Amino acid sequence: MSDMALPAGASGGLALRRMSGRATPYLVGIGIGVLSWVVFVVVAAPLGITTAGSRLAGGVAALAVGPEVVAANSYFARYPVKLDYGTLFLVGTFFGGLASSLMNGTFKLESVPPVWRERFGGSVARRFAVAFLGGALAMFGARLASGCTSGNTISQGLQLAVGGWTFTAALFAAGVPTALLLFRRR
Amino acid sequence: MFPLKGTDALLLAPVFGFAFGWLLQRGRVANYDTIVNQMRLRDFTVLKIIMTALVVGGLGVLVLTDSGLATWAIRDTNLLAAIIGGALFGVGMVLYGYCPGTGIAAIGSGSLHALVGAGGMIVGAIAYAFSYDWMAANVLSVWKLGKVTFADLTGLPLLPLYLVLAVVSIALFVWLERREAR
Repeated sequence: MSDMALPAGASGGLALRRMSGRATPYLVGIGIGVLSWVVFVVVAAPLGITTAGSRLAGGVAALAVGPEVVAANSYFARYPVKLDYGTLFLVGTFFGGLASSLMNGTFKLESVPPVWRERFGGSVARRFAVAFLGGALAMFGARLASGCTSGNTISQGLQLAVGGWTFTAALFAAGVPTALLLFRRR
Repeated sequence: MFPLKGTDALLLAPVFGFAFGWLLQRGRVANYDTIVNQMRLRDFTVLKIIMTALVVGGLGVLVLTDSGLATWAIRDTNLLAAIIGGALFGVGMVLYGYCPGTGIAAIGSGSLHALVGAGGMIVGAIAYAFSYDWMAANVLSVWKLGKVTFADLTGLPLLPLYLVLAVVSIALFVWLERREAR
């Protein structure tokens, strides 16, 4: 994919420029759209990540509080730990990110990203703490809505499902003010 | 022949996941700065990717379902849960700097804070599981609309709705590109 030659001016005047090992958002969006076609037809499994997250969480919870507690939980009972399609898809996503970043030279161990550092400083502990909290909130919200940006915004959204679009609208309605407030300068 | 089930599907799962992770990384969205700057309305990469994927994916799936090659996979709309879940997700995504998919791809790109956040995602999923009974009784049960699309809501057929989406998206892209060219 990094060596795709793209006609300039394709697609009604929008230039699809290739930027050394990165692809323009429109090309990537087309790629995700096409990938959606493929998974709908071939495996009848729309793109999604967080159902697998719930399964993995059940596995972790079993280690932490014991398998009996997990088995007694009605949600974990619906999503028992297993190496199913969704879990393997999730694992594949990791390797796709790894391979792509190694191939285009952007792989880099990073503890504090630039935009964060500029506003909040270089403390790794602070960054890790907020990342952890953010991950927890995001996943909680995703499971409540039965999907994240992959499962809801994209997979339900492309089917024009009301729930998917509602999720996305709420995401931006809450996320944008949060970001603007968080990064506001005093 | 399609859809494949069982072992065949399991063998393809990591391949499709690989493609997804690859696309996300190539699109620069397996990246804290890109996602946070989208939420700060400074960088519209995320929106461009999402809208393009929705238009291309949506029109393709419409054709595929119409021709019997695919089936719709619409989930129940529990409207209150979608709103609250979406809002919590939006806040969480800003703090984490990733969504679950981009976060996992970012771990693959070397982001250690994405990895730490993934630990948080596990905890969040556990917390949800233990709150589930309450959620089912008090949130998931509210404004249950079933498997509704905007076609059901408006009474219009799907195709014109997709065309509206396409037109709005293209107009948005043109506006964004002009703005960014200045």
